[in-house]
Amino acid sequence: MSGLTPSQTVGPFFAFGLTPNRNYAWVDTFSNNLVTPDAAGERIRIEGRVTDADGAPINDAMIEIWQADAQGRYAHPRDSRALPNAAFKGFGRAGTDADGVYAFDTIKPGPVPGPDGAPQAPHVLLAFYSRGLLTHLYTRIYFADEAANGRDPILALVPADRRRTLAAKREERGDLTVYRFDISFQPESETVFFDV
Amino acid sequence: MALVYPTDSNKIHPARPFPDYRSTVKRSPSRPLVIVPHTLSELTGPVYGQDTVRAGDSDLTQQHKAEPIGERIIVHGHVRDEDGRGVADSLVEIWQANACGRYIHVVDQHPAPIDPNFTGAGRAVTDRDGYYKFITVKPGAYPWGNHTNAWRPAHIHFSVFGHAFLSRLVTQMYFPGDPLFPFDPIFNSVTDAKARARMVSSFDLDNTVPNWALCYRFDIVLRGREQTPMEN
Ligand SMILES: [Fe+3]
Repeated sequence: MSGLTPSQTVGPFFAFGLTPNRNYAWVDTFSNNLVTPDAAGERIRIEGRVTDADGAPINDAMIEIWQADAQGRYAHPRDSRALPNAAFKGFGRAGTDADGVYAFDTIKPGPVPGPDGAPQAPHVLLAFYSRGLLTHLYTRIYFADEAANGRDPILALVPADRRRTLAAKREERGDLTVYRFDISFQPESETVFFDV
Repeated sequence: MALVYPTDSNKIHPARPFPDYRSTVKRSPSRPLVIVPHTLSELTGPVYGQDTVRAGDSDLTQQHKAEPIGERIIVHGHVRDEDGRGVADSLVEIWQANACGRYIHVVDQHPAPIDPNFTGAGRAVTDRDGYYKFITVKPGAYPWGNHTNAWRPAHIHFSVFGHAFLSRLVTQMYFPGDPLFPFDPIFNSVTDAKARARMVSSFDLDNTVPNWALCYRFDIVLRGREQTPMEN
């Protein structure tokens, strides 16, 4: 069969189509708020800043996240275990602002099965797109305060000195629990990206 | 540890960075990507079907008080996976410049007219066999700052979901015979000629609507195979 359709950059002008966020005459299919009324689990915000190789903010990036619910179930037919929270889709999309900052309101995912049946540590998949990036990048958000990180089969494949780039740090901000996950192309703090 | 979808297929995608496209230099990883197995996380993905799309979302000529200026076109095609199977009930989103080559985006400063009757955003869901269809106007070419006298060939941006999070694709559909192809580093970032040709739509005379609209066909091939889940 024929090969894949090649990737091209999202370019600088995607916002009016993909992340209109009430700034354009177009209605979002999805937003940066994944929380649905029926979603059980700990409410969290995932927030971070995106910087290029010089440390300058990337203000025209798009970030998508994909995650399981608090029981570790994906809202997808391939996850054939018992039903997840019925309305919780587990998908969100956000653009970065003028300072390169993005945020998602969501719930903390539970552990999902790993390649050999052993559970993976709770994590969120992240796809990164921007002007100047021809093929989008994948990474994973882990939670720095999870003991299970030490047994995670995917983190084990990451060079030990770079694992910290995947660990979102928890901070309490009033009633809000924020996990901080910066994305960097700077050599000393470059985020680990995955070849999947 | 299994790689469920073939990863060799990824080789046709553009390299990061691709220095002819200047912005790629500071927005690309400098270290090798870490190869990981495909787990349930990668092999599942957002499911957005017919209930996502409102009536009229796929007709970009009917979203305002009057019709936009430009050459009315039908853009349709088949979304399939690497084994040739149609990808049913999957969200396709598009965005584009107007007929003059101007985006409605506030950052676009190209001194070409804005069309008050054209936003340039659309979405559709593939049918049970994997087909989608949009009605729009042909976008114009536009200049950009990459190098002296740089112009993008006319294109429509596409975002497609597919079976799983790792079948996500963002690409651009081009029009056949564009004289700007040899000069565009984004188009030429795909170095394999056959793969590059897969981004170029074909003129579809059979599906042209006489006295109303020309038609272009753009088929899309995504990663993924519908095979037995390996989990559990
Ligand atoms: Fe464009």
